[in-house]
Amino acid sequence: MASLGCFRVGNASGFSGDRVDAAAPVVDTLIELGGPSALFFETLAERTVALAQLEKRKNPERGYEPMLERLLEPILLKCLRHGITLIGNFGAANPPAAARVIARLAKRLGESHVRIAVVQGDDVQDLNLNEHTVYEADAGLDMAAGELIAANAYLSAQPIVQALKAGAQVVVTGRTGDPSLALAPLMHHFGWSMDDWQKLAVGATAGHLLECGAQITGGYFEDPGYKDVPDPANVGFPIAEVHADGRLFITKALRTGGLVTPETVKEQLLYEIHDPAHYITPDVVLDLTSVRVDQVGVDRVQIQGMRGKPAPSTVKVTACFDGGWLGEGEISYAGPNCVARARRAAEVLRQRVAQRKLPVSLRIDLIGLASVHDGDAGTLWQRSSAQPQDVRVRLAASSALQDDAEQAAREVLALYCCGPAGGGGVRWRTTQRIRTQSYLIDPGLLKVSYSLHTALEWLA
Amino acid sequence: MSSPAQVKVQLHAVAHARAGDKGNRLNVCVMPYDAKAYEALSRQLTPERVQAAYAHRGATAVTRYDLPWLPAFNFVIDNVLEGGVNGSLNLDGHGKSNSFILLSLWVEVPSEFLKFSA
Repeated sequence: MASLGCFRVGNASGFSGDRVDAAAPVVDTLIELGGPSALFFETLAERTVALAQLEKRKNPERGYEPMLERLLEPILLKCLRHGITLIGNFGAANPPAAARVIARLAKRLGESHVRIAVVQGDDVQDLNLNEHTVYEADAGLDMAAGELIAANAYLSAQPIVQALKAGAQVVVTGRTGDPSLALAPLMHHFGWSMDDWQKLAVGATAGHLLECGAQITGGYFEDPGYKDVPDPANVGFPIAEVHADGRLFITKALRTGGLVTPETVKEQLLYEIHDPAHYITPDVVLDLTSVRVDQVGVDRVQIQGMRGKPAPSTVKVTACFDGGWLGEGEISYAGPNCVARARRAAEVLRQRVAQRKLPVSLRIDLIGLASVHDGDAGTLWQRSSAQPQDVRVRLAASSALQDDAEQAAREVLALYCCGPAGGGGVRWRTTQRIRTQSYLIDPGLLKVSYSLHTALEWLA
Repeated sequence: MSSPAQVKVQLHAVAHARAGDKGNRLNVCVMPYDAKAYEALSRQLTPERVQAAYAHRGATAVTRYDLPWLPAFNFVIDNVLEGGVNGSLNLDGHGKSNSFILLSLWVEVPSEFLKFSA
């Protein structure tokens, strides 16, 4: 039937931490609709790879997406039997270890001959990054001074396409341009050349729209009474339908919650975009200024008008450095005069940190008056005349040393016996911080390759 | 027909938005529910006004990109995340909740452009 005519790409994960049961309805839909298709998982936010590197340091067989097996087990067999290619950046800091996890799973399920490819070459910790240009959006940030934890280049779709050409059924990557994960199977299926900018623009737009999972199907969208979403507990993950002539439609898994409308598509189209005339992906630069979106069916939106410009001449590398420590502590006050008691607690915390000369940057929120919209100075909550029945005081303290951050956070704990009346529900913790800095490097410095083996070979 | 009655409402009644971060920079895209509101919003949602709305967060510059075909505006707000997810002391270091700061701005539009008439 639809030989080259139409190819579907589904997405089953928009970040590490996404719903682990998203894939099955997408896979069932791809099978039901028939025709060639691929499914991809995007699980690597900017700092996720650094957290994975820290895991790998502790255990050389870790450092991949921790939910990997849980994500793949429900759908691996179905995908293999129906020829649905699986692609994911769930290799994180350790793609070969992820391949071995998939190989063990496949073997256990009786598919020992599944061909699993690993893309490598994104890890560039060996480069001297100080010699390279700092990415413009980071120019205002403090220069990173801490120890380097990870440095990864955003690879293009090319190595994935090569692995698919060689017969891979599952492709595991580390850092790759998010849209490239969806573009690669399209390039492979349609035989698009790597300088067919107009076609690549269609595929990269599809990838950009899908890379955050449900964010295009009613996830991160609902505003009750204004933008209602049916059955958000079972929001369906997205599917892009791409035609040989470049037509692009977005739909979603059948018999799921959520919705696909021009509103959901527009919010995602511009998500994390700066200049819409110049959205850079590793494979093509997108001009989205003339894009139009139209509802053409139930949960079916057509996207047209995107234009492609030649790929960038440099490759983006994001480096992650030790960023010191964050200490946090919270305590609640409720009932009569709770706002006054919470304000008093905030004063006491400031005085204690100053008196003990703790070398921390300090912020205090009064959750219930103002917090996430406030600045570090607390202007909004200090000005607020609201009288909620329940206020939570939050202290945040950053510092180079864990002990200083911890001592500041423990001042919240001490309010139990030393603070205003009726404080309860203290929680406190310290977290290691990671600071990122991006650079632009010459692609000639990368050594990108893939290795393709059967499950049995990966386990040998 | 006489010209329709103007009402003063928060942008939230007329448009929806989503925020995304890159480093210490935030983008907020704003889409009117009714495309006919685009012109009126275009006059009122100036970069200066948007920067003032984020002044308490330290915003140093705002660039507005117009996408009349969607229609939508994309605001790019510099240095608003107090260090970004890497360095911020804010609970929401990504600034993901900050689309609703922009949706709090007051605008004047013909009442027919409201998502729901009062």
